[in-house]
Amino acid sequence: MFSNLRSIWIVFLHMFHKRETVLYPEEKPYLPPRWRGRIVLTRDPEGEERCVGCYLCAAVCPVDCISLQATEDEHGRRYPEMFRINFSRCIFCGLCEDACPTDAIQLIPDFEMGEYHRQNLVYEKEDLLIDGQGKVQGYNFYKVAGIDVGVKAKGQGANEDKPVDIKKLMP
Amino acid sequence: MIENLKYVVLVLAIMLALVLIAAGLIWLERRMLALWQDRYGPNRVGPFGVLQVTADMIKIFFKEDWIPRFADKKVFVVAPSIVMITILLSFAIVPFSPSIGVVNLNIGILFFLAMSSLGAYSVVLAGWASNNKYSLLGAMRGSAQMISYEVFMGLSLMGVVIMTGSFNMRDIVLAQSRVWFVIPQFVGFVIFFIAGIAEAHRLPFDIPEAESELVAGYHSEYSGMKFGMFFVGEYLGITLISALITTLFFGGWLGFHFLPPIVWFLVKMFGFILVFILLRASLPRLRYDQLMSLGWKVLLPLSLLNILVTGAIVLYLNNR
Repeated sequence: MFSNLRSIWIVFLHMFHKRETVLYPEEKPYLPPRWRGRIVLTRDPEGEERCVGCYLCAAVCPVDCISLQATEDEHGRRYPEMFRINFSRCIFCGLCEDACPTDAIQLIPDFEMGEYHRQNLVYEKEDLLIDGQGKVQGYNFYKVAGIDVGVKAKGQGANEDKPVDIKKLMP
Repeated sequence: MIENLKYVVLVLAIMLALVLIAAGLIWLERRMLALWQDRYGPNRVGPFGVLQVTADMIKIFFKEDWIPRFADKKVFVVAPSIVMITILLSFAIVPFSPSIGVVNLNIGILFFLAMSSLGAYSVVLAGWASNNKYSLLGAMRGSAQMISYEVFMGLSLMGVVIMTGSFNMRDIVLAQSRVWFVIPQFVGFVIFFIAGIAEAHRLPFDIPEAESELVAGYHSEYSGMKFGMFFVGEYLGITLISALITTLFFGGWLGFHFLPPIVWFLVKMFGFILVFILLRASLPRLRYDQLMSLGWKVLLPLSLLNILVTGAIVLYLNNR
């Protein structure tokens, strides 16, 4: 009996406590920089697409929400001619970001993607591609890769040795 | 003629006000529960979310009013209206202020007890007509609970009646002009309050509709406005019990002169409604056998003792 009255009193005192609710649309919650939210495709410092169309993100995606079609430009640089993410399936696990060898696909702190029609949740490449570098600044895959696709001449990359002249005997 | 018209308007106004209060309680309860649970509750529709009730009402009116094929149709339709009718009829005897009130019955308390007994039919018939085992279980629990708590609900009021010498609600209020009955009749007040909670089947005595055991108890199969009637009926029940506690134990409309009597009545009534909501926020539901043994083994002897002691003291004081 006494404990009942005591619990009533304790609940009554909650009247003077601070409310826990965050009044969302007026008061935005803090999202940490590594928040796994909306997926974007980033560009390298030269403003070119980072994505090389390796399909790793589509392969690792546990719900198969990523589909793309790779192609090559005249320099032999691979890029996706079509890149589609179905956000009505996406579970925002971030495995695609982990799998991406060129840091092209990234999850950013944004979750406000509500739509009235399911079809509007299917994002095409022009919806996904942003103009910036995202979370990884100053990284250009083709500057450190050995392959020449018009970004740099062979042996001109960062930390890259001159190519070996296979016609010479000296190392 | 004009007198009669005035009276009809008064009765209709009281009824409308009561139904509006009961509907508003849905909002009040959600806000107060939220306050006691460190949340906000509905605060989007209209100022402080008051229009949430309007939105809910519009929604509930447009819902499909579905009657299950296996249900007993006539009884199924009648049951929800019984609870509204009996509780609204009970309000007829409540004197809201010296000038506001429906009837001045000389058997006021007995009329209320009769009406609240009839209210049990709503629960029983709803559960029976639904032809659903959970509804039936809820209805059986509800009828057992309401009948057994009815017994000492009536007995706990007899102390008040002995002290006043009348069943008339207005006489009872006027008899409290010196001291409210809650002080000499504290035991009666506690018993009536507990029985009132059980009568309105509110937490911690909401076992007829225990949603964690019985889906929704006796109104599991109801939808649309029929469910809405049970819902509003429950809040009307809270209002009724609060109004009766105010009248019988807390001096009804009596108060200091700077406020009109009706305001005093409403202030006291809403105080008790808030206590009802606070109980819901803080206490867990009783088990069925606990409810029964509390009723028959503790509260019934206590209320009989209360009558005995009150009667003895009143007799002693009158014959001295």
